[in-house]
Amino acid sequence: MDDAKKEYDDIPGTFVFDQERSRQGYGINAFCMTLMKDENRKAFRADESTYLDQFGLTPEQKDSILKRQWNRILELGGNIYFTAKLGATDGLSFQQMAAMMTGSTQEGYASMMLNGGRSPNGNRSKSEWSSK
Amino acid sequence: MAKIVAGVCSSHVPAIGAAIDNGKTQEPYWQRVFSGFEESKRWMEKVKPDVCIVVYNDHASAFSMDVVPTFALGCAAEFPPADEGWGPRPVPVVKGHPKLAAHIAQSVILDEFDLTVVNKMEVDHGLTVPLNLMFGSPKEWPCPVIPLAVNVVLFPPPTGKRCYDLGAAIRRAVESYPEDLKVVIFGTGGMSHQISGPRAGLINSEFDKAFLDALATDPSKAKGIRHVEYMREAGAEGVEMVMWLVMRGALDDKVNEVYRFYTVPASNTAVGHIILENAAA
Repeated sequence: MDDAKKEYDDIPGTFVFDQERSRQGYGINAFCMTLMKDENRKAFRADESTYLDQFGLTPEQKDSILKRQWNRILELGGNIYFTAKLGATDGLSFQQMAAMMTGSTQEGYASMMLNGGRSPNGNRSKSEWSSK
Repeated sequence: MAKIVAGVCSSHVPAIGAAIDNGKTQEPYWQRVFSGFEESKRWMEKVKPDVCIVVYNDHASAFSMDVVPTFALGCAAEFPPADEGWGPRPVPVVKGHPKLAAHIAQSVILDEFDLTVVNKMEVDHGLTVPLNLMFGSPKEWPCPVIPLAVNVVLFPPPTGKRCYDLGAAIRRAVESYPEDLKVVIFGTGGMSHQISGPRAGLINSEFDKAFLDALATDPSKAKGIRHVEYMREAGAEGVEMVMWLVMRGALDDKVNEVYRFYTVPASNTAVGHIILENAAA
């Protein structure tokens, strides 16, 4: 399995939510789960920083959430199905969040999808991205 | 004797559920998706299963990171729709089949598949969207449903081979159930999509079509696909196609392909759909 891990680390623009990330990001994902209740969403909006202090986050994790650095949150152990609950709290759809993570505009991203999506060609290996 | 007569695979994109719930199914964007399931609904009405087993994944609705079962079999009498952040979907409560589910649990665990038994569980779009696609939007779902939740959120999910073998064990379980029941098994999720990170939006129609071909005619090839290949070729979240292999393992080696549909996109995702019948069915 170690070989497999090395292999998926080469996929560009992708943070695989594996056992190690899950361990690091338990607090992030536990926080996101609380946002399924309206009373918690209200408490979070009222004072985001204090609310986040309940979850044993590292300073980097807390900062990434406060700044809505969606990719950084994933890198630090958040999982997309959990961070989507933070997105929903902010009024974002899955597609709007996806657009933000790709650095595209909502219109640009939606039009890419309508035209068949992002091709796997040129997007399989980090080596293909480093030359861009 | 109970019998699995057919398998159905379909994507379970949440935006499809939202389109149904918000009355957008007639919009051209969504018509393109829903029109592909008209024939499927007619097929389903003809088959009239007594029970459906739906293999799906939970999306941080019933299972948080507190407990992550690899395979969780829903043995409850009913499964309410989960609140996924916008209130529960306005779909009927899913009625289970506790007696058959208990029999399956008993049988597959002794068959060396260490399932988690779940007696209380809410179900999210992963399960209810495929029900809508195959049954429309009735007041009550037309038959009991046994949910089988597969972890594809926390890496690694079970391998394709493991999923396939579990499907075969479920078939043995169903066929040792004394009552005459006609069972249809669903594999859901996929097809190619990535919704996370800078590479989000990845779609690979070539991979998807080859997967559908292999699923129909060469399942041993399909079950050999490694996780890294799914993720690289079909997107990080495309790995959930392993769930289709549970369906495939529950069918005969040789099957009749009754119907197939494929379109891009629904939101971030390639929508794939296939119906396979056991030749003797």
